[in-house]
Amino acid sequence: MKPPRFAYARAESVEQALSLLSDRADARLLAGGQSLVPLLNLRMAEAPAVVDVSGLAELSFIARESGTLRVGALTRHRQLEVSGPVLSALPLLSRAAAEIGHLAIRNRGTIGGSLAHADPAAEWPLMAVTLDAHIVLRSKRSSRTVAARNFFVGPLTTVIQPGEMLCEIRFPIHAGPTLWGFQELSRRPGDFAVAAVACEIVRGGDGLCAGAALGVAGAHSTPLIVPEAEKVLAGSRGEEASLKEAAEKAAAAVEPPSDLHGSADYRRRVVKVLALRALKEAWSKA
Amino acid sequence: MDDFSDSRTIRLTVNGQTVERTVEVRKLLADFLREDLGLIATRLGCEHGVCGACTVMVNGESVRACLVLAVQADGAEILTVEGLAKEGRMHRLQQAFWDNHALQCGFCTSGFLMTGYDLLQKNAHPTEEEVRYGLSGNLCRCTGYANIVKAVLAAASAEAPCTKEGD
Repeated sequence: MKPPRFAYARAESVEQALSLLSDRADARLLAGGQSLVPLLNLRMAEAPAVVDVSGLAELSFIARESGTLRVGALTRHRQLEVSGPVLSALPLLSRAAAEIGHLAIRNRGTIGGSLAHADPAAEWPLMAVTLDAHIVLRSKRSSRTVAARNFFVGPLTTVIQPGEMLCEIRFPIHAGPTLWGFQELSRRPGDFAVAAVACEIVRGGDGLCAGAALGVAGAHSTPLIVPEAEKVLAGSRGEEASLKEAAEKAAAAVEPPSDLHGSADYRRRVVKVLALRALKEAWSKA
Repeated sequence: MDDFSDSRTIRLTVNGQTVERTVEVRKLLADFLREDLGLIATRLGCEHGVCGACTVMVNGESVRACLVLAVQADGAEILTVEGLAKEGRMHRLQQAFWDNHALQCGFCTSGFLMTGYDLLQKNAHPTEEEVRYGLSGNLCRCTGYANIVKAVLAAASAEAPCTKEGD
């Protein structure tokens, strides 16, 4: 199947992209194309006009600045997968990137596109929410920063307003060493996750958990963090009982969809298993 | 709306040759290669990015040509499977597919060769598991994959790195 007719403009700068978006309310942004083009090919999306931002080199960057990893929206999944700064500051991001589709998809797909597309089973929304990242949105006349935890409102739905473009995402980097785990279940490598769990544990000087974040993808209408699990983990040292209880809280928190890949009940049970595995993975690094 | 158009003239290099054409903006790179340039060895299987039959190299990286608009390839350097063989000699990947009976109908083969090409240029000596994982985005209905995996491993065990010039 082929895309329907649309009008196309290629942006040569961020300013021009924002100007084009403000000129045409019906314009859709084209970045890596790995989500939008399949939808166009299948005629599942309408796009009377497309603004191609894939050439905007100014939005392709990975920069570590004191306590923050700044990532430009047009950074490709593959770049994040292999990036030196990512591997040293936030290796969990590289691990998540490696799960996205297949190499040919990672060579083109972008983090900004993935976040804006907001598939509830996708890796970048899960990372953004779990790590409490912030997302920079720009329009022709203004700019705002939204916490990732407030950014996703439903399946394929975000707070992006007409005329706005996602330009950057900022991940906080903790000062001390963190433990992390990432577990994803999919039917085949590269398929969308049936469910995925990511966790990050910050340890205090005494070796106990001083703070934790646990997030779930694919089992809810958006990526979901589980504060109840985080409370259970606080002050613990990775004891089996606390990890099991945290995993149970994760399974209780989600309201999974039922679809041809699994029933809601199945997903809930998968979340419990993956949460326990992710937490064990994290603590195994202690 | 001067900036918006429904066709554009693009100029790009394909298998070492520079070409310039005017195309509809909605035309997929795969269709451009097949229809405008006559390079029909790049196949279309699913047209939504899951089968890998359309895989080509764009600026040195494997991509799904059904998920790239031709206009996005303006200024790019493309390598298709037709560009692998040099002066009548098969690329060592193609030779390995031949030697290991890694194709039957051949429809998926172009995509597997290009995926294998990127895999080997990034990881010259993959393990069998890495090959299987690396090829997992390409579907084959005929062979059952075993000989394809063998062929990629056989190609990897040859000396030269996997580049156009090296082979």
